[in-house]
Amino acid sequence: MTYEAPLEKHPVNIREVVLGEGEKARKIGGENTFPFHSFEGSLPNLQGLALEVLDIHPQNWATWALEPFKDVASDPVDWAKKCVEEYGAEILCLRLLSTDPMGMDAAPEETAKTVRKVVDSLNVPLIVLGTGTEDKDSKVLIEVARECSGKNLLLGPVLKGNYQEIAKAALEHGHAIVAQAAMDANLTKELNIALCKFFPPEKIVVDPTSSALGYGMEYTFSIIESIKQFGLVDKDNMMQMPVFSDVAAECWRTKEARESEEQGILWEATTSMTFLLAGANLLVLRHPTALRLIKKMISS
Amino acid sequence: MALKGAEIMKMLPKTNCKECGCATCFAFAMKLATGGVKLDDCPYIDPEVKAELEGAMAPPMKLVTIGAGENALVIGEEEVMFRHEKTFFHEPGIAVLISDKESESDIDEKLGRINDLRFDRIGNVLKVNLLALSKDSGSSAPFENLVKKAYEDTNFPFILISENTDILFSAAEMCADRRPLVYPITGENVSAAIPRLKELGLPAGVKGHGLDELISITTQLKDAGVEESILDPGSQNMLEGIRDQTLIRRAALKKGFRPLGYPTMAFPCFMSQDKYEQALTASALMAKYAGIVVISLTEKEFVFPLLVHRFNIYSDPRRPMTVEEKVYELSRPDENSPVLISTNYALDFFIVSGAIEEADMPAFLCIKDTGGIGVLAAWTSGKFTGEAIAEFLKKYDVENKVKHRKLIIPGVAKKLKDELEEELPSWKILLGPAEASDIPKFLAEKWKV
Repeated sequence: MTYEAPLEKHPVNIREVVLGEGEKARKIGGENTFPFHSFEGSLPNLQGLALEVLDIHPQNWATWALEPFKDVASDPVDWAKKCVEEYGAEILCLRLLSTDPMGMDAAPEETAKTVRKVVDSLNVPLIVLGTGTEDKDSKVLIEVARECSGKNLLLGPVLKGNYQEIAKAALEHGHAIVAQAAMDANLTKELNIALCKFFPPEKIVVDPTSSALGYGMEYTFSIIESIKQFGLVDKDNMMQMPVFSDVAAECWRTKEARESEEQGILWEATTSMTFLLAGANLLVLRHPTALRLIKKMISS
Repeated sequence: MALKGAEIMKMLPKTNCKECGCATCFAFAMKLATGGVKLDDCPYIDPEVKAELEGAMAPPMKLVTIGAGENALVIGEEEVMFRHEKTFFHEPGIAVLISDKESESDIDEKLGRINDLRFDRIGNVLKVNLLALSKDSGSSAPFENLVKKAYEDTNFPFILISENTDILFSAAEMCADRRPLVYPITGENVSAAIPRLKELGLPAGVKGHGLDELISITTQLKDAGVEESILDPGSQNMLEGIRDQTLIRRAALKKGFRPLGYPTMAFPCFMSQDKYEQALTASALMAKYAGIVVISLTEKEFVFPLLVHRFNIYSDPRRPMTVEEKVYELSRPDENSPVLISTNYALDFFIVSGAIEEADMPAFLCIKDTGGIGVLAAWTSGKFTGEAIAEFLKKYDVENKVKHRKLIIPGVAKKLKDELEEELPSWKILLGPAEASDIPKFLAEKWKV
């Protein structure tokens, strides 16, 4: 039997999505092969790694998760700056926890101004995430879209119940969106089809929702893998959006991440690496050491 | 590769003798193709044809056993590239590297730590599987001492590592009853190794620089009758590892290429000096097809995430993950602690128990067996109804665990509340939050005895 390397070529690409604008811009996606398969295809853009920033002081964080930010944790602008300047973050993710209707329930206008301040102080692209509450998020994100018009933010999560309002505002003001559908590739596709009736597919990133190592990580892993297979192997153009995984909050909620610093970092880094292996194109991380590790591993 | 019934039919005697129990040879061929009958059931098949058919029908990736008895590691016979296509079957072995250059007290300490790397997780024991014993010293004595010590003090199967083939096999002889994996079998030593492997009945740890060399070595081994091999393609880092592991698995499963139809191994311990990077490389290569990863990590903080990672990736996606039905006592609850109830769907359990721990309030978490399905589906199918829950509380004597009579039920189960109020008139039924992440807030605000 003669051996011939069983290489697999795919005649299609995952869409390339631009985050940010002007000199700040950076691209994700664009590959025509599975992750790390540079031996048989092209992967023009490294996966995006974002560090998270909260718009309120963190509650109940593990000591070692808070430690790197404790001098800046009360101010999202300072926090964002430290992530970029000291920890080398190339993308940031601002989490609008202040807007939680069960919590502080901050007003959309006030929040949008905070986001604007962070955007203006930054030279990297910004992801802006609401709390996943459909009604409130749509009010907040529409206001953010307007206030930061033309900045090409990545806004999310855009859900089945609020995609029309948020996507319309994103389109009008030139932003990209995170389309979120929980743990089911078919739901991901349905939402993409609904969105693409009026929204450009090259401005959509999909989020099948994330779960942490030990807490259902394998579900996320397999759903990302199947989304990528539908996109690349079956050439389904409604499944060729880059994949987003919000690793940070899920991982640091676990008791294992809170047991020790090393274990916490590895909990986040292992979950991250697993999703990257499945095909995730953009991750949100919390700990600077996890960021540094993953960055090193994917760029070497 | 699977053969079709029609292809098998061509090779049968075609006498329709019925002695196999099938009405015709064609019926037999069809059954054989799907595994319903065995080739031995045909009394008239030509022995040469039989060998050929057996070869053609064998699984595309060989099953290989290292070690003996209940601690043996069995890997191989994987069927898919992606776990969602079916499942991954045999968990990869995690081997810890020990060098004969380490001092005796260091080795003792290390063995102690490796023995302690055992963790319970939802009724499963997660542990390290193998010791990789490496001859790095200049002479044979330290290596033999190491093998002897590991043999006497532990029950682990071994990978024996030495560039010196004579020393390798004399160590293998010392522990042949434990069926060690001898490594490396290379292009240079394969001829010398073949008679020793056969005599001791051991699997071969084959090392090649690249796949072409691996193919040439496994072909020689197979021709000489050594059936069990584990392949190390000599990858130097994670990226090479992903490439090599992927190509080997694809060649075996998708092309039916026999010379690469074996489980594989990788050495993250030599790919990075940094402990975090080593752990990440090991988990990456376990997700991407390595049958064994050799690590030099023994700290719980670094090994535990790896063990959980393997447990997750190798869980069967066709079966809902479940946890044991019982009343879980979280953070030592007392008679005034809240009582919550949920299903035994493992994800629900993890999320709910995690949220309760986050709330920092001791509690009784009642987990009812619903066959691993979630709250609403279980309610619809009668496994999580008012009646079923009332029975559960009685069976586990919950009334004697607490003084109060308040039961918190999942917020999505509004109709369940009415049922329970009817079934349990002495209990006050509290509808919890719809999202588990709101449990801490719910308990802080709503819970009082």
